[in-house]
Amino acid sequence: MTDTIATRATRREQAATPPPKKRRSDRARAEARLGWMLAGPAFGIMLLVTLYPIVQALWDSLFSLRLTAPDDREFIWFRNYQVILSDPAFWQSMGVTLFITVVTVLLELIIGFGFALVMHRAIKKLRGFARTAILVPYGIITVVSAFAFFYAFDINSGGYVNNWLSWIPGFDENLNWFAYQGTSLAVIILSEVWKTTPFISLLLLSGLAQVPGDLEEAAKVDGATSWEVLRRVILPNMKAAIMVAVLFRTLEAFRIFDNIFIMTAGANNTEALSLLAYNTSIGRLEIGLGSAISVLLFLSVLVIAGIFIKGFRVDLSAGRNS
Amino acid sequence: MRAMTWPQRIMWLAIIAAVLVWSLFPVFSIAMTSFKTQAGLFSGTLFPQEWTLDNYATILAPGGSAQDLFLPALRNSIGISLIATFIAVVLATLCAYAIARLDFPGKRIILTTALAVSVFPIVSIVTPLFNLWRVVGLYDTWLGLIIPYLSLTLPISIWTLAAFFRQIPWELEQAAQVDGATPFEAFRKTVVPLAAPGVFTTAIIAFFIAWNDFVYGISLTSTDAARPVPAALSFFTGASQFEEPTGAISAAAIVVTIPIVIVVVIFQRRIVSGLTQGAVKG
Repeated sequence: MTDTIATRATRREQAATPPPKKRRSDRARAEARLGWMLAGPAFGIMLLVTLYPIVQALWDSLFSLRLTAPDDREFIWFRNYQVILSDPAFWQSMGVTLFITVVTVLLELIIGFGFALVMHRAIKKLRGFARTAILVPYGIITVVSAFAFFYAFDINSGGYVNNWLSWIPGFDENLNWFAYQGTSLAVIILSEVWKTTPFISLLLLSGLAQVPGDLEEAAKVDGATSWEVLRRVILPNMKAAIMVAVLFRTLEAFRIFDNIFIMTAGANNTEALSLLAYNTSIGRLEIGLGSAISVLLFLSVLVIAGIFIKGFRVDLSAGRNS
Repeated sequence: MRAMTWPQRIMWLAIIAAVLVWSLFPVFSIAMTSFKTQAGLFSGTLFPQEWTLDNYATILAPGGSAQDLFLPALRNSIGISLIATFIAVVLATLCAYAIARLDFPGKRIILTTALAVSVFPIVSIVTPLFNLWRVVGLYDTWLGLIIPYLSLTLPISIWTLAAFFRQIPWELEQAAQVDGATPFEAFRKTVVPLAAPGVFTTAIIAFFIAWNDFVYGISLTSTDAARPVPAALSFFTGASQFEEPTGAISAAAIVVTIPIVIVVVIFQRRIVSGLTQGAVKG
C-alpha cells in the first residue's frame, strides 16, 4: 500500500522537476513553502509524539532506574539488555508473541479471504448486508470483545461454552480454559481473530476488485476448474493486496496487549512482549528494564517490517517479469 | 446477471447466515450476559433464565454502585476521542491536500513517517510519556490522552485522505475559475463537495481507533478525571469483593457498543471504501 503511494509521489516529483533545470523557480519555491506549511503541523506532531518517546526510551534503557527509588539512578550501559536477553522469561514472551502472531495472521488470512469472496460474489441485495455484518467487529472495542469471549469461556463467571461442547467425547465439562497456557492462548487468539478479520478481509476485497474479470472468464472458457482459476489467476493478481494485509496485521498482532491483559493478565505463560514491557515499567516501575524491553519490541517490529518490505519488492518484480 | 437457481439461493442464504452468526454472536452473547441476575450468571447457559435490568441500573442509575465509574469514563471517552479525531482530521486534511495537490520536496518523508508511526508499538511510547506526563502535569488529564491519541489517529487519517484526494479531478477547480469564479469560490464549490465524504469517512475511522485505545488509557490515567471506557471496564469491581462484576461489565460493554453498531450499519459503504482506498489503491 504504502509503497505504491510513495513511489507514485516520487515519480510525480521527478516528472514535475525536469533534470536540466539549474535553479528552482520562484513558483516551485512558493509551492514547496505552501506544501510544508500545510503538511508541517501534522508531520511535526507525529514526530513529537513518537520520536521523543523512543529517544527517551533508548536513553532510559541504559540506566538502572526504579521509580520506587529514583535517587539510585545509575548509568549502566547495556546491562539491562544483558539481563533481559539472558532471562528465559523474555524468550518465553517472545515465543508466545510469535506464536500468537503467526496463528492469528494465518487464520485471519483464510477467514478474511472467505469473507472477501462472499462480499465480492454475493448478489447486490445481500452484499450490503454481508458487508455490514463483516464490519461490525471492527467497530467494537477490543476490550469489549475480550470480555465477551472471556465470559463465554470462563467457568468462574458462568461461561456456557463448556456446556455446549459437552457432547464431544472426552471433553471435560469442568475444563478451566484460563488455567492452562494452551487453552488460554486458544481463546485469546480466537478473540483477536474475531476482532481484526474485518480489516484483512476489506484489504483482500479491494485486491479481488483488481483482478481482471476477463482473465477469469478466459480461464473458465479454457476449461479451468474453480480451484485452478483461484490458484493461477486470482491469487497471483492480488499478491500485492495480500502482502499489504499480511504485513499490517503481522505488525499489529505482534503488539497484542488488550485481550491478554483482560483475559489472563499474563498468567500461565501468556505474557506477550507488550504485556511484559508494560508489567515491568508501569506495573513494577522498573523503568530502565522496561524501557529496554520496549526498545527490543520496537526493534523486533522494525525487523519484521524490513523482512516483509524486502519480500514485497521481490514479489513485485517477479510479478512483472512473468 | 442470470437468475439464481434454488440451490444457489439456499447456498447464499446459508453463507450469509454463517457470516452473520460469526460477526454478531459475541455481541449477542455479552448482551445476554448483561440481562442475567447475579445468581443466574452461573447457570452455564447462553440465555438468562431470569431476565433483569439490574446491571444497567448498576452502571447508569443514580446510586448504582458502578455509576461513579462508568458515567465519568463515558464522558471522558466521548470527549477525548472526539477532540483527538477533530484535531487529527483537520491536520491530516491540510497535510493530505498538500500531498495530493502540490509538488514539494519531502512528500515521501511525510508519508513514510506516518507509516512508521502507525506501526510503532504503543508500549514503547507509553513508558517515556508516563514519566514525562508526571513531570509536566499532563498525567491523568484529557490533554494527556489527546496528544498520544494523535499518534494513533493522524497516520491513518493522512493515508486515507491522501488516497481520497488523489481521486478528485482537480481540473474542475480551474474550469470554475475560467468560468469566472474567484479561486476561493471555485475551491468551495468544486473541491469541498467532492472531498467532504472522504473527510467524513476518515473521521469515523479515526474515532473508532481512538475509542478503541486501551494501553494509553490504563497507563496515563489514575482517576475518573480522564480514564476512558475501555480502561474503566477493567477497573470494575463487584458489589462485594467476592462478587464478580460480570453483569455490570457486560451492561457497560453493550452501552458503548450499540452506538458503534448503529454507525457501522449507517455508514458501512463509506467505511469500507475509506479503509480499502487508504490501503491498497493510491
